Amino acid sequence: MGYIVEIEGVNKLYGSNHVVKDLNLKVEEGEFLTLLGSSGCGKTTTLRMIAGFEEPTSGSIKVEGENIEEKEPFERNVNTVFQSYALFPHKTIFDNIAYGLKMKKVPKPEIKKRVTEMMKLVQLEGFEKRYPSQLSGGQKQRVAIARALINKPRVLLLDEPLGALDLKLRKQMQLELKRLQKKLNITFIYVTHDQEEALTMSDRIAIMHDGILDQLGTPTEIYEKPATKFVATFIGETNIFDGTVSFVKDNEVQVMVENGIISGLGDDFRFGEYMTVSVRPEKMKYSDTPVDGFSIVGTVKDYVYVGSVIKCIVALPNGNELKLERLAGQSLPKLGSYVYPYWNKEDAVLIHSRENSIFEALDNIMLA
Amino acid sequence: MRKKHSRHEWRSNTLPALVMVGPVTFILAFLVVVPLIFVAVMSFCQTDEYYNVVFKFTTENYAKLISPDYLKIYAQSLVIALITTILCILLGYPFSYIIARTKSKKKRILYMLVIIPFWTNSLIRIYGWRSFLGSSGWLNSILMKLNIISEPLELLYKTGSTVLGMVYCLIPFMILPLYTAIEKLDTSLLEASSDLGAKPYKTFFEVIIPLTSGGIFSGSIMVFIPCLGYFFVSNILGGGNTDMIGNLIERQFKSANNWPLGAALSIILIVVTLLLVKGYQKLGGDMEDLGV
Repeated sequence: MGYIVEIEGVNKLYGSNHVVKDLNLKVEEGEFLTLLGSSGCGKTTTLRMIAGFEEPTSGSIKVEGENIEEKEPFERNVNTVFQSYALFPHKTIFDNIAYGLKMKKVPKPEIKKRVTEMMKLVQLEGFEKRYPSQLSGGQKQRVAIARALINKPRVLLLDEPLGALDLKLRKQMQLELKRLQKKLNITFIYVTHDQEEALTMSDRIAIMHDGILDQLGTPTEIYEKPATKFVATFIGETNIFDGTVSFVKDNEVQVMVENGIISGLGDDFRFGEYMTVSVRPEKMKYSDTPVDGFSIVGTVKDYVYVGSVIKCIVALPNGNELKLERLAGQSLPKLGSYVYPYWNKEDAVLIHSRENSIFEALDNIMLA
Repeated sequence: MRKKHSRHEWRSNTLPALVMVGPVTFILAFLVVVPLIFVAVMSFCQTDEYYNVVFKFTTENYAKLISPDYLKIYAQSLVIALITTILCILLGYPFSYIIARTKSKKKRILYMLVIIPFWTNSLIRIYGWRSFLGSSGWLNSILMKLNIISEPLELLYKTGSTVLGMVYCLIPFMILPLYTAIEKLDTSLLEASSDLGAKPYKTFFEVIIPLTSGGIFSGSIMVFIPCLGYFFVSNILGGGNTDMIGNLIERQFKSANNWPLGAALSIILIVVTLLLVKGYQKLGGDMEDLGV
């Protein structure tokens, strides 16, 4: 499959503020790619650079194999759905949707035909003569999508399009957007800070943090094999342990953490390395007696019922808390009892720490 | 108990209201409303042979106003005011757009450039233009020294010089409402337009102009109406060749000494103004944009 958008070595600086750092990202044709991250991570800036509203400080952006940095937004074959919809308040819904065709000087009868089709597609029939101020949030959203799709762009850019909607409507629109994307077979690049939204809708997710692309992968990969500590904590709930590698044999790694020793499987770890272990609550187990490779112990502090699952909070000696998740009805340790938390070694995700470079630098200083 | 309550009411509501609004009401009533009524009454009065005002009812003043001589001056006033307004839009729009869209400190400087001339009396500034454009004025002297022309150009006392003075005096009244309108314009709408394939000039006519038409309209009202009455501009730069309604009024009160006729002319001007403002409201204009 070919790449429709290729971002190579893109940097963006506002003054001394480095917003996007050396970004490399290839978007496959027809996929639903989400740029996910908290506010200020550079995801919207990236989208705006593809649309042409911002110019990269360095690097290149290609759409359909063609460099587009020099092109103005109106020359690019990509369209945007704006966060605040940005509907033209002085134009009717029909004229809003028809705008792109009018700019292309499409003959009037064809404009009418295509706008009518598009309004049917987004279920807005009968709203032709209304003005944006007369529509609800969800309807405005549909108009914004229809308006952006009317020019049949190769890539549709969506900047937190569902942010202003209430939860129920948002869920419904998520499914509709996904359906629309499959039906039209257009590449969607979607920006959001909502991890659940990203997991539900995307073929692939690109997680950005402080202007850096932390990980690019399918929702399953991102959830099960987070590449950085940020990704592990940002996506879903997890238990995080920071520590140093105390023993390595083949791919089996033992880690010394504040409360004892834990184990997992991982490649390229070396003795003494500073690193992070992440274990999802549903992968956590417990035992009444110590388990080989694990020496942490805690007290069962609390239970939280979350519908079909029960969360069990285990307090560790240093005050940290671990979360265990069980389906309701499964056996659980007694409140206040001592337990030895552990997990199947393959269920832990071992993450090289970025801070290693700092430690290495410190080592070098000490040695010198 | 009841008395106590009303005393409290007096002290906490009525008294502050009186202190705050009272003086303004007083000033407005005595310096605007009463004189206005006086003008209206006078417009229906007669004069004796020495041009003293005699309080005897007549509609003669209004009848005089439809003589062909006057009608010619009304037409001339409207033409000059219209040209002035159009020029103010054409010159003011780009400038307002630049101020509204400039970020950083430059914006303040540009804004001040519009405001600062207000601090000098406009009469003095108009005299400045006369000494600049006059036949022995700066412009002609410089051009003659440079041997570009041999005879001084006749720049003054033409419709053009009056319009120039009018535009110069009134353009801030166009720029300020335009600035407000453009400032309010949501930039994402411009991005959306460009995103959908509109070239900059298309965005300008399809999005920017329609969404700032309120500013254009209120600016036009604020230029057009004062323009009809700025007699001193046409006096100094038009030299009597470009009489406007304002000049007529001035003349009736001063040299012709026919106050009732001047009052009738003033009333007509007020009525025209009110009609324009009414029209503005009818078309959906916002009174706040006029500073009312």
